[in-house]
Amino acid sequence: MTMGRALSLHLGVLAALLALHFAAPAYHHTNIARIMVLAIYAMGYNIAFGYTGLLSLGHALLFGAGLYGAGLLVYHAGAGAAGAMLAGLLAGGAMALAVGLLALRTSGVAFMIVTLMFAQAGYLTVLYFGAWTRGDEGIVIPQAARAIGSLDLSDDGTRYLVALTLFAAALLGNLALVRSPFGRVMVAMRENEERSRMLGFNPFTVKLAALTVSGLYAGLAGAAYGLMFGYVGASLASVQYSILPLLYVLLGGAGTVLGPFVGALLMFYLIDYASAVTDAHQFVTGAALVLLILFAPKGILGTLRARGARWLP
Amino acid sequence: MAAMSLLEARGLTRHFGGLKAVDGVDFTLEEGEIHALIGPNGAGKTTFVSLLSGRVPAQSGTIRLKGRDITRVPAHARVHAGIAYTFQITQVFAALSVFDNVALAVQSRGGHPIAAETMAALGRVGLAERADQIAGTLSYGHQRVLEIAMGLALQPVLLILDEPTQGLSDGEIATFKEIVRSVVPKTTVLLIEHNMDVVMGLADRITVLNFGTVLATGTPEAIRADRAVQAAYLGG
Repeated sequence: MTMGRALSLHLGVLAALLALHFAAPAYHHTNIARIMVLAIYAMGYNIAFGYTGLLSLGHALLFGAGLYGAGLLVYHAGAGAAGAMLAGLLAGGAMALAVGLLALRTSGVAFMIVTLMFAQAGYLTVLYFGAWTRGDEGIVIPQAARAIGSLDLSDDGTRYLVALTLFAAALLGNLALVRSPFGRVMVAMRENEERSRMLGFNPFTVKLAALTVSGLYAGLAGAAYGLMFGYVGASLASVQYSILPLLYVLLGGAGTVLGPFVGALLMFYLIDYASAVTDAHQFVTGAALVLLILFAPKGILGTLRARGARWLP
Repeated sequence: MAAMSLLEARGLTRHFGGLKAVDGVDFTLEEGEIHALIGPNGAGKTTFVSLLSGRVPAQSGTIRLKGRDITRVPAHARVHAGIAYTFQITQVFAALSVFDNVALAVQSRGGHPIAAETMAALGRVGLAERADQIAGTLSYGHQRVLEIAMGLALQPVLLILDEPTQGLSDGEIATFKEIVRSVVPKTTVLLIEHNMDVVMGLADRITVLNFGTVLATGTPEAIRADRAVQAAYLGG
């Protein structure tokens, strides 16, 4: 069965990540924990863009909602990390719902611009309320506040395992979503909105639901990022963080469940190695993207799927 | 009223700028009939059925389905009320499998279990063994059949077919006729058609549109004998 093969592959990836917890050198160990959190964000982006066809340029707002939703609660209200993470998840979903209600009245290029503007407004709001957010400088979350019960998120090993747990839940949730009847409707909306409408699906509510799920992922990733790495700053809500998940998804393969992780992994290390060699590391990333668009526009896993691995979800 | 019509349109109007695409059309569909809509190119046939299905909003007039006013009901909700529309230019989901195309229709009406009902719907039109094929790789004729299968899988009370036999071979047209005959009287069929053999062979009643208005309505024999229709359309 194709479902068995797909499930085995995803469980295999999770097992390999668990093995890396014991095998990876410290430097890569920290990197991979960070990549897993960023991959959750990219998975959320992929649900909107890759599966539903919503090209947003404003996901930093949703990531930022999770980041600040969690960070401000911990820093100002002394909330626990677990509660803060839940709050960040919900903040991302609520923000996506609110933005979607307005932005989904548009589509295509207009949708890109409206989401971009919302995200810029969010970024400027963070700067404007600098008394609370400490603006550009950002908030450093004290180590004592970065604990879920006895789990100290500032400890490398614990952080890795918590990141892996969240990543596993997000990945398997994503797999279940795209294999569900609703997942089929998301793809139908991407492929042909008018035909979907004439099969009885309301495009607005389908897209709003997909965007909200996307926001939950982005919010969770933002909250986890802030709490695990101890920093909540405006740069993490800037336009760069709207573009990053798009790059990850394009590289790994839009509309594939593992694509966001593969893309985040490769892009992270590409930037890492390029910046060790040259100051112009953004040039290297740019060149990589141009090559990708020219020779593999479906991304790595998208190309594999087109070349015969049709069972890849 | 003792026997209510399935669908009634009164004074239905849609202009595009100065073009009177549909201009005050009164139209009635009886339950269980096969009704053909004919007329010269540009007569307003596609616009008219688009008004019925909700793809295009009406500027004035009313549409009633089983007595309920649906004039302002959005298209996706009309599908749930029982109106299925199949496109003139085939619009299957080319990147999805044949199975997924029909499964979307089954799940839209809340059919359960989805897989079994989908395979049954594919079986009725002879596409069951192609369920796993990507829809875009089907032959044109099979794509037309798939389009109709998606409409039928919605189990509509009214199936609107917009030029369903366009581009089909004679053999495929014969299959198509069998499919349509097999769905009435449970489903009422309204079809736009240019092939006169199909129209005369299938339709219980025919409505002729010309310049956005109804020129005549009647049985195939009556339409064939109508002088105004001959002048406008049949080239008599």
